[in-house]
Amino acid sequence: MLETIQQIPIEHYVLYSSVLFVIGIFGVLTRRNAIVVLMCVELMLNAVNLLLAAFSTYLSDAQGQIMVFFIMVVAAAEAAVGLGILVMIYRNTKSTDISLLDKLKN
Amino acid sequence: MNQLIPLIPFLPLIGFAVNGLFGRNLSKNTVGVIGSGVLLASFLLSIAAFNQVAASGPIQSTLYNFFTVDSLNVNFGFLVDQLSVWMMLIVTGVGFLIHVYSVGYMHDDEGFYKFFAYLNLFIFSMLLLIMGDNFLMLFFGWEGVGLCSYLLIGFWYTNREYGKAARKAFIMNRVGDLGLLLGIFMIYQQFGSIAYADVFPRIGEMSLDAGIITTICLLLFIGAMGKSAQIPLYTWLPDAMAGQTPVSALIHAATMVTAGIYLIARSNALFSLSPDAMHFVAIIGMATSLFAAVIGLRQNDIKKVLAYSTVSQLGLMFVALGMGAYASAMFHVTTHAFFKALLFLAAGSVIHGMGGEQDIRKMGGLRKAMPITFWVFLIGTFAISGFPLLSGFFSKDEILAYTYAHGGFGWWAVASFSALLTATYMGRLLYVTFFGEFRGTHEQEHHLHESPAVMTLPLIVLAVLSVAGGFLNVPHFLGGHQWMAGWLSQVIPVAELHLDHHTETLLMGTATAVALIVLAVTWVLYSKKTNLPVADSAQTGLTRWIANKFYVDELYDALFVRPTERISKFFHYYVDIQIIDGIVNGVGAGVQRLGAELRKVQNGNIEYYLVGMVAGTAALMLTLWL
Repeated sequence: MLETIQQIPIEHYVLYSSVLFVIGIFGVLTRRNAIVVLMCVELMLNAVNLLLAAFSTYLSDAQGQIMVFFIMVVAAAEAAVGLGILVMIYRNTKSTDISLLDKLKN
Repeated sequence: MNQLIPLIPFLPLIGFAVNGLFGRNLSKNTVGVIGSGVLLASFLLSIAAFNQVAASGPIQSTLYNFFTVDSLNVNFGFLVDQLSVWMMLIVTGVGFLIHVYSVGYMHDDEGFYKFFAYLNLFIFSMLLLIMGDNFLMLFFGWEGVGLCSYLLIGFWYTNREYGKAARKAFIMNRVGDLGLLLGIFMIYQQFGSIAYADVFPRIGEMSLDAGIITTICLLLFIGAMGKSAQIPLYTWLPDAMAGQTPVSALIHAATMVTAGIYLIARSNALFSLSPDAMHFVAIIGMATSLFAAVIGLRQNDIKKVLAYSTVSQLGLMFVALGMGAYASAMFHVTTHAFFKALLFLAAGSVIHGMGGEQDIRKMGGLRKAMPITFWVFLIGTFAISGFPLLSGFFSKDEILAYTYAHGGFGWWAVASFSALLTATYMGRLLYVTFFGEFRGTHEQEHHLHESPAVMTLPLIVLAVLSVAGGFLNVPHFLGGHQWMAGWLSQVIPVAELHLDHHTETLLMGTATAVALIVLAVTWVLYSKKTNLPVADSAQTGLTRWIANKFYVDELYDALFVRPTERISKFFHYYVDIQIIDGIVNGVGAGVQRLGAELRKVQNGNIEYYLVGMVAGTAALMLTLWL
């Protein structure tokens, strides 16, 4: 299993993670639906997770994978809080469109 | 005694602090008692110091080290020698009398406590000036008395004219002070110290360049010019009469204005080495004496006449200094302090009785209503005019004798003419004010009264001093021993007077005859109504010029004041407002405009912020990568 993974050059992982991360950023920036934005954030987090796991394997250092677990925990918490906020937003605005949330102005 | 020396100046300082800080809540009597009491204490201590100096020579008392910079070591120290103890007696003695007088004179003024605080501060500064053992202490006191003079001239600060007069005095004095300061710098440069003890005894062994000594002397003299109101810096003194009459008596006649004389008498070792500087001092003194006396002939303000008389007498003292007769100058300082303080205070009594009126054309016949004031004023007038055996007779005669011996007949003749003018304007003042008929309003006549005892008592004491003061220094040929010159001889070398008794008697006789004749002639002249002074507008020709003080103020206005004003306006409008303010305001306006633009970025749209954040992070990473 380890050998199979190591046969794939590390560059591929880096490239793949970067593509995933940029897709996530793009989604966060362009989409207006809060649910989609949240999903894109998860995508970015997981791109980072993937990169961490890959390097961890290549360097035979478990620290990277430990970090992955941390991130997953945080991501889960974040998703819970985020969705909670989302429910409240929906109740108040009857919409999940984040461009309506411009109350900070003025 | 040595431990008590610092108390002499610091007692008035304590009086200043107490009256200045708490005077508002104290009764007028308390304020007056404190203000005069500290002066009396200082005076008594000065007498003790005098006895000590007489018994065992000069007292040197160093309080602490003022500062040390490189090789310059300045102590806050006092030197009480024959010269300074003499001045201390005059300042505290005459000052005490004037303080007592002020209790009565200022009684209805709401700034009573402030007035006494200023007066005490003045005495403190003056004593520092006199008692300091180095030039910096002198300068310290010099500036202090200038400040007090300013504060007291502008005491009634709600009057714009008085404020202007105060500023004029202050600024003119600054011009002189610059000279004094430069002189002190040069002394430090040449001697490496500014302590009297390091400078004067060492002049002989220093073999300095004559030009340098002359420069130092002239710079010091410029300082003296400002403080002692000599041409060209005299115009502030007549204007300083805006202050209250006791102030005029104390500061602008008896003490502060003699600081210049003191400075030169103190530096006699320097001046004696520079005949050029001495000559210059004599010329300026003589010119001032004559010029001011002429102006005094046609003034109608009782205090202005006395002011010009002061300028004129100061000029005479400078003539004496220029002739090398330092002790004679100090003698005249002493007698002048007596009779000029007396005249000013008597004039104050007149003004008090007239309800604030100062124009002698509205007075007349006051001798019946104010007998004491009249008699003391008469004594003062006779003393300053040189009436035989009164104080001015001896001191002025001594100056004239030295002028004859050292300057020749020409100098003597001009100085005598100045003395003649003195007798003329003083006689005019006396007769116009106190004789004839009353010319004021009916109300003034009703109000007219003799001043209270607290004012007349100091007048009587000063009158006694004006009569007897001359016996301090009776010349040898009249059987005296020139006691005062002998007293000062430790500090001031006795000037030789190579005149035979015959000449001296002749000179004295001439001066006496002149004084008596002039006093008689003016009496005849001004007892006629037709000769009474007329309104300014009715004067013609030369008298008009004289009455307008030869338009010197106007000349200074055109030469110095207005060009300076124009330059400052130029700098104000163009340099300050346009360039400096332009830069400052430009920076402010630019930042504001930038802010107005940047504010648009913060529009409250989260996506917009996110884009900014991502773009920023990307840019950061790009730069790191590159």
